[in-house]
Amino acid sequence: MLDTVKRLFVGNIRQYGMFIALALIMLFFQIITDGTLLKPLNITNLVLQNSYILILAIGMLLVIITGHIDLSVGSVAAFVGAVSAIMMVNYNIHFGVAIVLSLLIGAAVGAWQGFWVAYVKIPSFIVTLAGMLLFRGLTMLVLDGKSVAPFPDGFRAISTGFLPDFSSGSTHLLTIMIGVGLSLLFVLMEWRKRMIDQRYQLEVLPFGMFIAKQVLIVAIINYFMIILASYKGLPNIFILLFALIAFYTFMMRRTVMGRHIYALGGNEKAARLSGVKTKKMTFWVFVNMGVMAALAGLVFAARLNAATPKAGVNFELDAIAAAFIGGASATGGVGTVIGAIVGGLVMGVMNNGMSLVGLGIDYQQGIKGLVLLLAVAFDIYNKNKSS
Amino acid sequence: MSDYILEMRSITKEFPGVKALENVNLQVKEGEIHALMGENGAGKSTLMKVLSGVYPSGSYEGEILFKGQLCQFRTITDSEAKGIVIIHQELALIPQLSIAENIFLGNERVARGLIDWYKTELDTRALLTTVGLQESPSVRAGSLGVGKQQLVEIAKALSKEVKLLILDEPTAALNEEDSENLLQLLLAFKKEGITSIIISHKLNEIMKVADSITILRDGKTIETLDVHLEQITEERIIQGMVGRDLTHRYPHRKANIGEAFFEVKDWTVYHPTQAERKIVDQASLHVRRGEIVGIAGLMGAGRTEFAMSLFGKSYGQKISGQLSKNGQPLRLNTITEAIEHGIAYVTEDRKEYGLILMEDIKRNITLASLKKISKRYLVNDHQELIEAESFREKMAIKTPSVHQKTGNLSGGNQQKVVLSKWIFTDPELLILDEPTRGIDVGAKYEIYTIIHDVAAQGKGVLMISSELPELLGMCDRIYVMNEGRITGEVGREDASQELLMKYMTKGRD
Repeated sequence: MLDTVKRLFVGNIRQYGMFIALALIMLFFQIITDGTLLKPLNITNLVLQNSYILILAIGMLLVIITGHIDLSVGSVAAFVGAVSAIMMVNYNIHFGVAIVLSLLIGAAVGAWQGFWVAYVKIPSFIVTLAGMLLFRGLTMLVLDGKSVAPFPDGFRAISTGFLPDFSSGSTHLLTIMIGVGLSLLFVLMEWRKRMIDQRYQLEVLPFGMFIAKQVLIVAIINYFMIILASYKGLPNIFILLFALIAFYTFMMRRTVMGRHIYALGGNEKAARLSGVKTKKMTFWVFVNMGVMAALAGLVFAARLNAATPKAGVNFELDAIAAAFIGGASATGGVGTVIGAIVGGLVMGVMNNGMSLVGLGIDYQQGIKGLVLLLAVAFDIYNKNKSS
Repeated sequence: MSDYILEMRSITKEFPGVKALENVNLQVKEGEIHALMGENGAGKSTLMKVLSGVYPSGSYEGEILFKGQLCQFRTITDSEAKGIVIIHQELALIPQLSIAENIFLGNERVARGLIDWYKTELDTRALLTTVGLQESPSVRAGSLGVGKQQLVEIAKALSKEVKLLILDEPTAALNEEDSENLLQLLLAFKKEGITSIIISHKLNEIMKVADSITILRDGKTIETLDVHLEQITEERIIQGMVGRDLTHRYPHRKANIGEAFFEVKDWTVYHPTQAERKIVDQASLHVRRGEIVGIAGLMGAGRTEFAMSLFGKSYGQKISGQLSKNGQPLRLNTITEAIEHGIAYVTEDRKEYGLILMEDIKRNITLASLKKISKRYLVNDHQELIEAESFREKMAIKTPSVHQKTGNLSGGNQQKVVLSKWIFTDPELLILDEPTRGIDVGAKYEIYTIIHDVAAQGKGVLMISSELPELLGMCDRIYVMNEGRITGEVGREDASQELLMKYMTKGRD
């Protein structure tokens, strides 16, 4: 049995490695900040601070899997945020309508870049570098170089609101119930998968290990839910993020489209000759990225309660770093949504932890750079060892 | 003092978990052409990497004596300094650089710290004359065909004052004519006293040029045969390589041929970027059910381009002509349509065009037919696993599991995965482009058996190959192409290498 455990662990070291790294980093800062890191207020802030990077990281992961890169997402986020501000603040358009229009603008921007990359075959680095400049310029033009504020409350609730509670107690009961619900759902899905795997005579974890894994994950889910519940409960943005992660994980793992995206990134010529519509697929991955950038722009504007010409600077770098720390391959074809999210959280926790300790921005930048380099070096070392 | 220029004594090289070489001995006489033979994975390339210093001294056991001197090479530069030059299977020319720049790359003609372009040019011309390549030294290497690139590689080796030239499968990508030229060149070098070691799978070539043959199997030396001392037959070599008597190189088959179901009429294709250049010219052919039809031709005859243009117009432009299947006209504008209409195309270069090397066996097998294992766009992982497992068994893919990455498989097993992928699409017409290139003898036999099984199910097989014996051994009927036209059609009973060669070189009437 120990052999099985060892083999499963070694075989999946890349996957587990990220989680272990995140846990260790959290533990480190938890100790060094005397427990401030995992305080309810700080955890809530951590999620809010990083939400837009995580949203971008999901879109960026797809782009990176196809073997491309998108440098324009920060500018696109700023541009969409600016346009939404003009619509809501200057023209008093209802925020619901403005959100839908903003996402459509994001899709159009993505289609523009996707066209050049997929059909004209201009390297994505060039196309999106141009986009980075172009949309930054358009942002300044739209805003006339000034900030536009404030947003209506309904819009701000995306980033600053919390799930309402039906009890009046000090703990947020609904949050705890959601935690329990999620735990049940997770265990049920794992159980079902185990049953099917066994029916097909696949290798499964030994029963004891299986139980231990479930207990561990249920404990983690509920621990965080209880922390959140003891402050203001679940932030709205948390629910949006959860939905996005679930949707994209499912899409990449289970659907024909997900398979085609991986195949396209792994070997474009072979994928094309196997009937994958490579150009169309590349195009839609960029459209998707545009929508995600728009969403991130809205979330950021709502959090700041203003659209500014300088919004979203360097967002693209954080999103790219998140995907790579999370195990995506720079040559395409490899990467997971969960990986990108964990990568984003590693960066987020480090930002947050280092700020709590009072480390200057200069040190923070340098340390983050080193972490990115080491994470990818570790990944490549593992890959070479396994082959 | 022995008359051996090179002696490798009890070389043992271990990789984590695998003993690639075990007590291997190799003795090469001065001035001979020595063939190194063995199935894929027998350790030939590893042995040559040990010799050339790719694996530095100390990472293996045993000793290397070159001209009687004990050598401990730490890098390739060390071995090249002694005059040992290796030309690898994958050509290592830089396509953007000129012939001259490539030849003197890393060995630049220098005067006072600057490159001496006049000397570079002059020396290159001299070298090109030696290898018989009529090209200007300033031509970009990438614009040359594979055969000419090979000659540039050899010129590059000569520029280093080579004493021992090692060629790793030099003719694998060459057509008959270029291969012949290359072999003649080796014989010419022999006269000038250059010793060569040649690794090849092509038995007839080895028989033609080799003075001695060393056979490796499973990382061990099996035997060294002296061609001048005993009569050696191809069967004798194969027996040594596979360790069993392979009386028939092609499996026996009783053809059960039905009516013609797939027809191509007046198929014409133009070059994708040079709009006035005809690549395929009025080609017509038909395939019957259960029939294996070959397409012979020299490199550049337009065979691959023809096949790809049939497969959903994946090559060329301004394609004209008629296709029909079962008497119904057929229009295939995209690859997806071609697959849906039961056409499958197994590409020539499996690593570049056939496989996704970083993905596992099962995902590669199902890629072209994901619809078959999914419901409403959701892939059924379990069904996928079952299908992949069944192919692993049927095709005898040697792997611990279908979760193995295809990049880690040997050439023969990779080819079986590609074949599985296309057989899984349930094609009526299976087009094979060089299905056994770079595959060892044992695996070739298995691939042939698979092709027979496909034909036995009443499907049509269209097979492009540059190895004439393979076409003669496998096909019921052979079309011959030259310069984009079909210049001949030969039935099994009439076919011979000479006749095919005649059509292959037949010019315009």
